[in-house]
Amino acid sequence: MIKAILIFNNHGKSRLSMFYQPYSEDTQQQIIRETFHLVSKRDENVCNFLEGGLLIGGSDNELIYRHYATIYFVFCVDSSESEFGILDLIQVFVETLDKCFENVCELDLIFHVDKAGLVGAPARAVSAVKNMNLPEIPRNINIGDISIKVPNLPSFK
Amino acid sequence: MALKMVKGSIDRMFDKNLQDLVRGIRNHKEDEAKYISQCIDEIKQELKQDNIAVKANAVCKLTYLQMLGYDISWAAFNIIEVMSASKFTFKRIGYLAASQSFHEGTDVIMLTTNQIRKDLSSPSQYDTGVALTGLSCFVTPDLARDLANDIMTLMSHTKPYIRKKAVLIMYKVFLKYPESLRPAFPRLKEKLEDPDPGVQSAAVNVICELARRNPKNYLSLAPLFFKLMTSSTNNWVLIKIIKLFGALTPLEPRLGKKLIEPLTNLIHSTSAMSLLYECVNTVIAVLISLSSGMPNHSASIQLCVQKLRILIEDSDQNLKYLGLLAMSKILKTHPKSVQSHKDLILQCLDDKDESIRLRALDLLYGMVSKKNLMEIVKKLMTHVDKAEGTTYRDELLTKIIDICSQSNYQYITNFEWYISILVELTRLEGTRHGHLIAAQMLDVAIRVKAIRKFAVSQMSALLDSAHLLASSTQRNGICEVLYAAAWICGEFSEHLQEPHHTLEAMLRPKVTTLPGHIQAVYVQNVVKLYASILQQKEQAGEAEGAQAVTQLMVDRLPQFVQSADLEVQERASCILQLVKHIQKLQAKDVPVAEEVSALFAGELNPVAPKAQKKVPVPEGLDLDAWINEPLSDSESEDERPRAVFHEEEQRRPKHRPSEADEEELARRREARKQEQANNPFYIKSSPSPQKRYQDTPGVEHIPVVQIDLSVPLKVPGLPMSDQYVKLEEERRHRQKLEKDKRRKKRKEKEKKGKRRHSSLPTESDEDIAPAQQVDIITEEMPENALPSDEDDKDPNDPYRALDIDLDKPLADSEKLPIQKHRNAETSKSPEKDVPVVEKKSKKPKKKEKKHKEKERDKEKKKKEKEKKAEDLDFWLSTTPPPAPAPAPAPVPSTEELSVNAVTAPKDEYEDAKTEVQGEEDDAEGQDQDKKSPKHKKKKHKKEKEERIKGKKKSKKQPPGSEEAAGEPVQNGAPEEEQLPPESSYSLLAENSYVKMACDIRGSLQEDSQVTVAIVLENRSSSILKGMELSVLDSLNARMARPQGSSVHDGVPVPFQLPPGVSNEAQYVFTIQSIVTAQKLKGTLSFIAKNDEGATHEKLDFRLHFSCSSYLITTPCYSDAFAKLLESGDLSMSSVKVDGIRMSFQNLLAKICFHHHFSVVERVDSCASMYSRSIQGHHVCLLVKKGENSVSVDGKCSDSTLLSSLLEEMKATLAKC
Repeated sequence: MIKAILIFNNHGKSRLSMFYQPYSEDTQQQIIRETFHLVSKRDENVCNFLEGGLLIGGSDNELIYRHYATIYFVFCVDSSESEFGILDLIQVFVETLDKCFENVCELDLIFHVDKAGLVGAPARAVSAVKNMNLPEIPRNINIGDISIKVPNLPSFK
Repeated sequence: MALKMVKGSIDRMFDKNLQDLVRGIRNHKEDEAKYISQCIDEIKQELKQDNIAVKANAVCKLTYLQMLGYDISWAAFNIIEVMSASKFTFKRIGYLAASQSFHEGTDVIMLTTNQIRKDLSSPSQYDTGVALTGLSCFVTPDLARDLANDIMTLMSHTKPYIRKKAVLIMYKVFLKYPESLRPAFPRLKEKLEDPDPGVQSAAVNVICELARRNPKNYLSLAPLFFKLMTSSTNNWVLIKIIKLFGALTPLEPRLGKKLIEPLTNLIHSTSAMSLLYECVNTVIAVLISLSSGMPNHSASIQLCVQKLRILIEDSDQNLKYLGLLAMSKILKTHPKSVQSHKDLILQCLDDKDESIRLRALDLLYGMVSKKNLMEIVKKLMTHVDKAEGTTYRDELLTKIIDICSQSNYQYITNFEWYISILVELTRLEGTRHGHLIAAQMLDVAIRVKAIRKFAVSQMSALLDSAHLLASSTQRNGICEVLYAAAWICGEFSEHLQEPHHTLEAMLRPKVTTLPGHIQAVYVQNVVKLYASILQQKEQAGEAEGAQAVTQLMVDRLPQFVQSADLEVQERASCILQLVKHIQKLQAKDVPVAEEVSALFAGELNPVAPKAQKKVPVPEGLDLDAWINEPLSDSESEDERPRAVFHEEEQRRPKHRPSEADEEELARRREARKQEQANNPFYIKSSPSPQKRYQDTPGVEHIPVVQIDLSVPLKVPGLPMSDQYVKLEEERRHRQKLEKDKRRKKRKEKEKKGKRRHSSLPTESDEDIAPAQQVDIITEEMPENALPSDEDDKDPNDPYRALDIDLDKPLADSEKLPIQKHRNAETSKSPEKDVPVVEKKSKKPKKKEKKHKEKERDKEKKKKEKEKKAEDLDFWLSTTPPPAPAPAPAPVPSTEELSVNAVTAPKDEYEDAKTEVQGEEDDAEGQDQDKKSPKHKKKKHKKEKEERIKGKKKSKKQPPGSEEAAGEPVQNGAPEEEQLPPESSYSLLAENSYVKMACDIRGSLQEDSQVTVAIVLENRSSSILKGMELSVLDSLNARMARPQGSSVHDGVPVPFQLPPGVSNEAQYVFTIQSIVTAQKLKGTLSFIAKNDEGATHEKLDFRLHFSCSSYLITTPCYSDAFAKLLESGDLSMSSVKVDGIRMSFQNLLAKICFHHHFSVVERVDSCASMYSRSIQGHHVCLLVKKGENSVSVDGKCSDSTLLSSLLEEMKATLAKC
């Protein structure tokens, strides 16, 4: 199960965050800070898995992250998720953002936080309960004023 | 009104939208907080407007602010207003805000119930979708209960988009409202086969998530999942299912057997790394659940290890990391196969990625052996020097200690080397694990007697060196080592080379900067040192020297008396007074040394950390009761540093007045011994303390210890551990040479004095003798220690509530609550006006219901469980199912069967193959017997003729002789040669502790039960107790267990065995089908206790239920026998064994004895025999002896049974 999705920039400023377990606003910010400290210390060429954010969940959980340009995408998941699966998921999420904003950059996320959130919405909808089923999500979403088309997904790693 | 509307929309034009807000925040970097509070004020104004668009915009901005960490709970009601907007874009904003800010404590959440219900049944799928999405984030028990039925209806919605979401959200509903699980489960199971792959995968996800928490309730779904696994091509689904199987296999090892093949196929075929990785993981789980002794699985392990090696060798760090992670799982059960990849793992230690290095370190733990320990630790030590971050360095340090100390120092051959490693580690700056090193030093010095001399010399060097004192400020820092050093030097002061020098080192003024608890140990051990110096000086007759030492003490102790630490102060002032008193005595030329050292006579034994906890509470003692009523809590507890080492507390009683004369002392000793003997809490095992009392305490009485003199004992300065590596190599080389020599001389090699109480010397491949004669003392446990395994289940675990049996049929009461004035069909059409009050009034009723249901559940559970087990057994069984078809499973059973049809025969075939192989080995010569069909026919004819002859003969016999013939031959016929005495007990298993022999007996009263009598013989010098027999049941054979114990529980053996004694225990097994032989695996676990301690041991065995053991010797008269043969409903089969020289008489006796037959008739070298199985099968034999061969023709009402029996007989005869 996905416990939280955190997106923040190189300076630890939160750009988009979603928690699927109730935390108070203070705790949420603390989790983001802690996660940022854990993730930002790491070099570019190291693996994308990190054990033990202390605040979220405990020993069963791990952080899986990717770093694109100035943005970190961090997923906090428990042991029922496939590590590679989540990495692919992040990839798809970013690709979807890219399709949506055409050459997505940090500013897009800043100013279109609501739309970015909606891009993630299907992901969230599913992940809120469980992991998402990748080949099924974004195929063709027509929600209100945005329409997103997602090309065929890259094959598994 | 219209004007108002217009005004509203004009106002709106000047409102900030989200973009403006974001831009504004970015422009006010200096006073962000102020700007935001200003915006919040504006938002509050906007929320007061009637215009829904304004409100939605405001809520949208609030959502953003919430994400930045601002509390928006005050706007909860407005959020609900926006949620109920009719326009989708507004509604969406409302639900998003709700999902982010609502939680169980939000009180207005109960207002949403009807709005959500309305949205769920909305004609627009997006309205429904957004409601489901939002609900998943803020569902509460009340919402779950009220909406469960609506959501369940949506699970069969026409649109897959909705179905998918509805299925997923059911998981959250189950969590909040566990009662809904059973009614909803059948539909959820249907969704596993939904035509839409998205829905299907959602259902898989939900069930996997449920099963992960309470796997045993979902075992019955295994066939369905198995089918999905073999048919699905969706990698996401596959991963989930495979992960689920990983959770199920520990509960049902037979499932694992079934899984191995498809999983290995997947491993071979898939190109997706993620899937490969999960497959490997589950295969590992399967292999762990199966007992490791199965040879045909070594291939799977090899495959896994190979694939993982590929992952680890990959340049992608992620693959490398996960490869190492999975490798460490294999390591736990199959260390051998991982060890061959040592090179690769050591290579990973040099990786630049810290996570990977840590994983590799984990693996190293299991890879050490006696041979490579030094090498590996050397490598780690170089890493310690190189490491930059303190966290990684500390990790390395703890790993080195873990690796070395694992399983009671099993791999350490040279403790001098280990001590010097520990001493080298003390040079680490800024580590936080000083106490760990200290604990190791203490442990080794106390438990390995042979090392004490060396340890003391090292510790005195440590005390002397200044660098440790420098870091004295940090708690838990490296200065903790001084604690150990001081204690060791004091306690084992007799080994000190220059005690005086050490004494001075411990009395330096700088010592007072150390933490209090270390100073306290210093003070205490200074006296010990002092006592031993006094002893030496007095024996040497240097009265002046003795006085000088006393003077030194009197001079230096006051610095401790002034300490701020209470403990130090108290000890120091006590001791100062004592020393001053001694000084007075010394001035009068009274010899004091003996009395002073009597203060520290006796030895401290290591006590197991849990020993205290395991002391049973005496009867009638209530530990929770107040002894005195508690005082008011005004006294604050003294903030004393926690004592790291327990020995400190149980140290010594108060100092005795030293003027007590010898007699007085002796009297007191006697009294104390008496007291100790009577005190159940005084732990005594080794007689050494008493021994030392009897003789005068002196240096010559200390146990003499042999130390390999190839190592210099007096090391100037600090030692280098590296030199030990070289020395060790040389030593091993020498040992090898010596061994070769000895072998040449064919001398009986004496057993080395190596005694390890807890581990049996099983390392046959690496019998490296330790450098010192090492006696590792086991830690002590109190007598009759309680086996206390704490229940570590968290009572607050939210998933516990979902531990629900899903297979029993639904009761009427278990329907999802529906609002009363509607029925389930119409609940789709929305009705707004359901008063909230009504719902509330329903609550208490429901609770009552719940309670009743639970009780009923309990009653039902037993029956249902049995049924469930049968179904699953059927699917898992590898042998043909028993005649009556099992009750139909709740799952559509056709699928089950089809799966069965595909998989079962294969397994059967394999099993059969292995069996055949085994039997072929047993009787090789038999192959000749299988001649061409023609031959056989001829033979048959002959046999028939012969049998008819036999029959005729029997008829000719006078009736009186029949009775005699009916009796077993071995009773009569004394003229034949004597048979060697034989026992019906066959050896089951044995080790150095215990020998197990067993006999299996059937009885006619119980048609499917056999009694297994197991004779246990204690061959060791220990008392064996707490014996437990656990047998892994098979489908066909089950052990009868006491009521209430589960299949995995062991059955206790009802006696204890003192050394040399044997006793018999009987167990009843229930056998369903007796037509084939079978083996059951089992383990005998027991505690072997002798003077030196107790160890927990195990002995594996295999119970072989041969078909013969199901037979019962039954006499039969020849006419009844003839009738039986004539009846024609017996099938027949025959075997022939060549090369038999035993007399026919003995041969028959053997068959009677081993296979429970009785002789009906015997004519010359031909005999007819009869027996009956416990299930009433008749077995008739015709045994004929030729020149050098014996042929056995058999007839039996069950052909399988007959052929099994004949095979067994063949094996017996082949041995003759």
